[in-house]
Amino acid sequence: MFLINCPYCGERDQSEFSCGGEAHIVRPKQPTELSDDQWAEYLFMRKNIKGVQFERWNHTHGCRKWFNMIRDTSNDKIHAVYKMNEKPPVE
Amino acid sequence: MTKYRVNKTKQVDQTKTVSFDFDGKSYYGFEGDTLASALLSNGVHLVGRSFKYHRPRGIMSCGSEEPNAICQINEDTDLTEPNVRATEIELYEGLKASSQNCWPSVNFDIGGINNFISPFIPAGFYYKTFMWPKSFWKKIYEPLIRWSAGLGKSPTKPDPELYDHKHVHCDVLIIGGGISGIIASKIAAKNNLKTILIEDKNILGGSTIFQKNENYKINDKYSGGWIDEEIAELKKLDNLTIKTRTSLAAYHSYNYLLAKENISDHLPLDKRNGGIRQRLWKIRADKVIVATGAIERPLVFNNNDRPGIMLSNSVKKYLDFYGVTCGFNNLIFTNNDSAYETAVSLKEKGISVEMIDIRKKSNSKIVKNAEQLGVKIYWNSTVVNTFGLRKINSVEIMNLSEDGSNVVGDKSRINCDCLAISGGWTPMVHMHTQSGGKLDFREIDQTFIPNEIDKNHINVGSCNGDFELEEIINNTNKKVKNFLKVSETEFDNISVLNSKELNKRNIWLLPNFISEGKCKSFIDFQNDSTAKDIKLALREGFKSIEHVKRYTTTGMATDQGKLSNMHALGIIADTAGVKMGTLGTTTFRPPFTPLTFGSIVGRSVGNFFDIIRKTSIHEWHIQNKAKFENVGQWKRPWYYPINDEGLHDAVQRESKAARDSAGILDASTLGKIDIQGTDASEFLNRVYTNAWSKLEIGKCRYGLMLNEDGMVYDDGVTTRLGENHYLMTTTTGGAANVLSKLEDYLQTEWPELDVYLTSVTDHYSTASICGPNSKKILKKIFPDKDFNDDAFPHMSYQNGKIDETNCRIMRISFTGELSYEINIESKYGKSLWEKCIEAGKEFKITPYGTETMHLLRAEKGFIIVGQDTDGTMTPIDLQMDWIVSKKKYDFIGKRSLYRSDTIREDRKQLVGLLTDDPNEILEEGAQIVSDMSKKPVEMIGHVTSSYFSPNLNKSIALAVVKSGKKMNGQKLIVPMENKNINVTVSDSVFLDKENKRINA
Ligand SMILES: [Zn+2]
Repeated sequence: MFLINCPYCGERDQSEFSCGGEAHIVRPKQPTELSDDQWAEYLFMRKNIKGVQFERWNHTHGCRKWFNMIRDTSNDKIHAVYKMNEKPPVE
Repeated sequence: MTKYRVNKTKQVDQTKTVSFDFDGKSYYGFEGDTLASALLSNGVHLVGRSFKYHRPRGIMSCGSEEPNAICQINEDTDLTEPNVRATEIELYEGLKASSQNCWPSVNFDIGGINNFISPFIPAGFYYKTFMWPKSFWKKIYEPLIRWSAGLGKSPTKPDPELYDHKHVHCDVLIIGGGISGIIASKIAAKNNLKTILIEDKNILGGSTIFQKNENYKINDKYSGGWIDEEIAELKKLDNLTIKTRTSLAAYHSYNYLLAKENISDHLPLDKRNGGIRQRLWKIRADKVIVATGAIERPLVFNNNDRPGIMLSNSVKKYLDFYGVTCGFNNLIFTNNDSAYETAVSLKEKGISVEMIDIRKKSNSKIVKNAEQLGVKIYWNSTVVNTFGLRKINSVEIMNLSEDGSNVVGDKSRINCDCLAISGGWTPMVHMHTQSGGKLDFREIDQTFIPNEIDKNHINVGSCNGDFELEEIINNTNKKVKNFLKVSETEFDNISVLNSKELNKRNIWLLPNFISEGKCKSFIDFQNDSTAKDIKLALREGFKSIEHVKRYTTTGMATDQGKLSNMHALGIIADTAGVKMGTLGTTTFRPPFTPLTFGSIVGRSVGNFFDIIRKTSIHEWHIQNKAKFENVGQWKRPWYYPINDEGLHDAVQRESKAARDSAGILDASTLGKIDIQGTDASEFLNRVYTNAWSKLEIGKCRYGLMLNEDGMVYDDGVTTRLGENHYLMTTTTGGAANVLSKLEDYLQTEWPELDVYLTSVTDHYSTASICGPNSKKILKKIFPDKDFNDDAFPHMSYQNGKIDETNCRIMRISFTGELSYEINIESKYGKSLWEKCIEAGKEFKITPYGTETMHLLRAEKGFIIVGQDTDGTMTPIDLQMDWIVSKKKYDFIGKRSLYRSDTIREDRKQLVGLLTDDPNEILEEGAQIVSDMSKKPVEMIGHVTSSYFSPNLNKSIALAVVKSGKKMNGQKLIVPMENKNINVTVSDSVFLDKENKRINA
């Protein structure tokens, strides 16, 4: 059970949060101009890395804010959390 | 006092007798005994039968690693519990225990016949034998396996006891109250850190507490006396919480740990007083110090499983802690120095003991001490066989060859009534690995020890591979100082007398003159797997330890292989000719010791199992005898039977009343989201498939929401309350998910939009009145209001007032009837409802539940998201093309509506179905076919909704059918178990296609 440092609330138990999958996948601004393949790339394709991964998390039972997390999926070490509008910190 | 109780100890009060039953026979023990020590004090060794071969088995250890002494306690009561280890349960007055896995009795066991046919039950026997013929499985194999397998009986009555959960935070958590845990706790608490010490036994002190001889001294005191004083001081410390009878179950990441505290398990049943039985502690610790100790390894040799064969250190604990000797004619079989402690202890009490040591010699002080006491030692020797049916009576030994790979010379027989074995020690690294820590292999004594990289936890004492007293004290002190940043402690200058040395001769599988195939050398005692099984698995091509483990079931019993894993690994390494360190270990998973279901669920049982949501009108529904249906967490009236009416009759009556005069529905559970902000209209444009910008203030509109994959996600009516203010309704079950989905888009994709969402589901109660007389009823409630169609048209809303209370009236319809919904602040919900019932009396207003609501909407062909859709239906599939805007540039899911897959014409599409026999009602979920002759018969769809319509006087159904759009009028078949039902595809709107009733 992780201890997650919500950028708005501070450290809270993992049970207050939910994971929203891979981060930094931007919804295309003009979906109608995309081919089936391009749209499928956005819609379905996710990396699911064993190792350092960028994820979206939501403080569901707290401030309800979405934020980003850099987490190593192989040992669950959380390297950083940062707000939605922020750039990932360089490591 | 029984003859086996040879010693008086502090831990067992021999003035207080406790009576108990085992296998129907009455015995006596004393306060302070465990069930195991009490049985041994009565000379009872045989306590069970093994799992596969039903071989007689005895008590082997004194702790949680016990593989054999597994009992059912308090059978035939509602407090019965299977798989309880006799070594862990504290004795109490009236305890009733029985052995498991034997029938008709432990002394005569029918399944014991497996023992004689055992050459036919090799590893993987079940996988290989019960595979064929297939027809044998259900009638023969499964009942056979179920009959002969199984550990204990689960209780059949509800658990009457209470369980608790407790959340705690601390600076330092110390797991284990042995010598190193005590040292660590003292350092932590004395340095102003909030400290918790947990210990699974009822007293602190570990194995040091019963160590009282000249060979082990701390500051010139017996180590047992020294630790007594330390414990007394520990109990005075303010910062320290000591929890005994509390075992660690799981060590999760970020120092989150679960521990189970036994509160009343050690009390007689009549003294428990309905209090809390167990408490699950959920601990978040800043720092964790693991001091879980080590467990002794058995030795693997032929017939090493007879009752009376026990771990050497356990024999010592029974003697020095409980005062019980396990035999009067003891043999100790060892490969290391630690077993000599047992010998010295026995000899000092005048009990006969001899040693069999596979080593060629040892010059340590403790061995010399044993020799001086006159203990005979057979060096360089191994046991090749044991004898005795229900208890060991003798062994045969032989000399080992120079390299230890074989036996040489003649065998000689030695009588005994107890064989203590010691294969060295295994650090309990379970907690370290559960937390994600890795292990290193230490060649010198063949152990896995923690490799520490996590800066928030350390391992101290013998779980860290320190086995000698001096090492334990000094290394613990040094590590804890470092870890907690403490500069000096009272343990810095301490004098320790040690008598053992680490030297050891390790042979995983002891050699024998008997051929390997005929030896029964057990590795996993509980699951009955032998060295032979492991070798067979290797020959059959299994290489990974995880595979071998599953194939042979080694280490997979309730003791999780605490005694067997190392030997399994060692034999694999030897056989495959690889280094043991390269094999890795199996994964240790929580719980370390089994948890009760009660402690896992805590108070979340019965009414507290899940949240129950009730509308403010709930009381009225109960008074009017509503039957309820669970919709998500909500309790919704399902139907309101009158007298003895069943579901069908009630629904027929309710739906007829709603269409003929007036019906009323509690619609409070529909999700409601308040949407405000200057970009609210634009936001709705993006989330719904239809256009919203031109919706006038005071008007309502139905909307369909998709997922980005184009599939229908939710629907509902949204009302424009003001220029920048909307009220969205969602399905009852979808409310929370819709809100979080919308929040997600707002926060992550469209942060530039000025929109705010608030869930107001619970703020308002809703009474929905429908039917041709609904307008007249509304008029009575709101006499000042103009309800003419021009002034208050369909799909519009107005504010109203009941007395001084504001409410919103929406003229919207989910039934196709003239219909109004009144929203009022929740606290007035019940009085609003009663007012409606009162006003509707002269029109025989009829309350109706969800079932009638479903029927009424089905007559009109309105879908229910989640019933007629299942996450694979697009609006086009639902024949709802009319609601998908062609003009809007984008909305959620739009692009997916013309993916190659979603534009296929043979997708399942929503249609109506009429049965050829109008009285035949289809079953929801029934499959639909068109051609029964071609095998295998192709399923082309299924029924999603089905009712008998009293208003149409025939059966109607909605269904999804491949290419259904083009099938109007076509005959199809719904095959059922005993008949085929002929149906015809129809339009999905069955009633009032012209929508006249809405303005009736
Ligand atoms: Zn937060």
